[in-house]
Amino acid sequence: MSDSIISVKDLKTYFYLSTGIVKAVDGVSFTLSKGETMGIVGESGSGKSVTASSIMRLIQKPIGKIVNGEIIFEGKDILKMKNKELLDLRGKDISMIFQDPMTSLDPVYKIGQQIIEVIKVHQNVSKEKAKKIAIEALEMVGIPEAESRMNAYPHEFSGGMRQRVMIAMAIVCNPKLIIADEPTTALDVTVQAQVLDLLKDLQKKMGTSILIITHNLGVIWDMCDTVMVMYAGKTVEYAKTATLYEQPLHPYTWGLLDSMPKLSQDTEKPLKAIKGTPPDLKLTGNACNFHNRCPYAQEICKNKAPELIEIEEGHFAACHFQTKDKKLKRKEEV
Amino acid sequence: MIKTILQRILQLIPILFIVSTIVFVLTRIIPGDPAVTMLGPQAPVEAVEELREELGLNKSIGEQYILYLKNVLKGDFGKSYAYNEPVTKLIFERFPNTLILTAISLILAIIIAIPIGIISATKQYSIFDYVSMIGALVGVSMPIFWLGLMLVLVFSVNLSWLPSIGMGSLENGIWDYVSHLILPSVCLATIPAATFARITRSSMLDIIKQDYIKSLRSKGLKERIVIWKHALKNALPPIITVIGLQISTSLSGAILTETIFGWPGMGRMIVDAIENRDYALIQGTVLFIAFLFVFINLIVDIIYLYVNPKINYEGKKGGE
Repeated sequence: MSDSIISVKDLKTYFYLSTGIVKAVDGVSFTLSKGETMGIVGESGSGKSVTASSIMRLIQKPIGKIVNGEIIFEGKDILKMKNKELLDLRGKDISMIFQDPMTSLDPVYKIGQQIIEVIKVHQNVSKEKAKKIAIEALEMVGIPEAESRMNAYPHEFSGGMRQRVMIAMAIVCNPKLIIADEPTTALDVTVQAQVLDLLKDLQKKMGTSILIITHNLGVIWDMCDTVMVMYAGKTVEYAKTATLYEQPLHPYTWGLLDSMPKLSQDTEKPLKAIKGTPPDLKLTGNACNFHNRCPYAQEICKNKAPELIEIEEGHFAACHFQTKDKKLKRKEEV
Repeated sequence: MIKTILQRILQLIPILFIVSTIVFVLTRIIPGDPAVTMLGPQAPVEAVEELREELGLNKSIGEQYILYLKNVLKGDFGKSYAYNEPVTKLIFERFPNTLILTAISLILAIIIAIPIGIISATKQYSIFDYVSMIGALVGVSMPIFWLGLMLVLVFSVNLSWLPSIGMGSLENGIWDYVSHLILPSVCLATIPAATFARITRSSMLDIIKQDYIKSLRSKGLKERIVIWKHALKNALPPIITVIGLQISTSLSGAILTETIFGWPGMGRMIVDAIENRDYALIQGTVLFIAFLFVFINLIVDIIYLYVNPKINYEGKKGGE
């Protein structure tokens, strides 16, 4: 795809601990087109955040290491970039919004100072000009009395307002890609909706691509053009959002969709859950990671890891029983 | 802010009162009689009695205490028996010497230890980290009198580079002054340096793990800026606390260091005063030291205000 902004191929990020090698990300591939929004969804520990950190090359050294793959951003492999190129990339071309706005701003500097600092690093402008850009950004994300709020410290803002400040900091340099790592998880439900609307709004205005990481499928339906489902460090399914919703292919996705509560559902019935727990990430690699929880698993699933293959155009899945020719039928009740 | 300072100054009054009472009682409890100490054990009883009367020691303890409090309130700390000079004069003669020694040694400790602590934290488990932390452990565990003697042995006796004793004078040129300062400062700086390095490392390790550090890196800030501007300022409060404590301790007289190097400071004066049962001098210096402690604590609290914007002593809304 020529209009892709970022394309990740077979990314593997491992953590080398004294107790063993944790394969936090073990084969992730996706492509995000310019101006589009992609969601990464998966349960806790599935490697979503490590994927995001790997794109920014912010894996904690020396225990964490990107061992394989390529991350092509506008034709250049981020994994081959030198330190200086990386510093230019971070915050300017790609910026990141973190999960917990309460802890993601430096508590001892005024937010104005923090935003201006980012602007000064990436843009060759005077202090006055930087201040102007910062105030504009704060106004853009809906901070009232932006000019006077520049002199406030992070603790003087509410959680939702802090996330707006984080977003303002993320957009001051007009990034081509924003990575939002669970941007609404730590916020109240009403504030969540506001923050998501804000992101959508900004995307419309600025044409930025967004990579949004979440475990909330509602956020995916609301925001994303494409979606990648991760399980135990691997991409298990990747498709257009509508396709994934209507014709999911991977048994894990089925389980995930089934476990979502629906408004039409009988409230007396217990919610469906996927039985079992995810595998220990130190032991994965030689089998389908989902085999111990999959109602469709057979002998091959225990012995061989399935590859991610394109089953229909733009719709990828990693399951031994989902190929172009033969398809696994989803059972009604398992 | 001003309210805070006034509050602290008011707090000084009961503190100084309690300290002065305790010191008064303690000095009377120490066995020994100043009159006997001054005149020598062979002195005739009449002479001792005469001196006791002159010094006011023949009065009852209660009377002595009330007299002492009255005088202190007037700013009169009495006269040292041994030096035969007003206590205030002695303190203000000696205190600058202690101040300069403390200042130089703590500046030395801060300049050396804080960067070491920061680098150890950023390169945790590296050779540098191990070596410097072992060094710090050795530093805190080193007996000061032994270190002082070793410094004298090596640099004065064997190498003859530096003088071993006394305080230089600017009249003999700057080198005379500086050269006399080097060994005592190094000796006095060792334990604080080791403490500062360890506290800086542990505080920095805490901060480096925080979300906002990753967030700052994701903004494309240079590692140098992330660590030395952002992480360090966040890591400062415990470091400042320890520095404040060390300043108070060193200012109240680095007794061992001053004794080894014959430094005419407060520490030595207190030791001499206690040996001589020099009541007025003991009381005066201890009171002065108590005052210094409170004063330095106040300064530390004011610095906290600058370092951590969440701290607000005036009880206004601050943080969640």
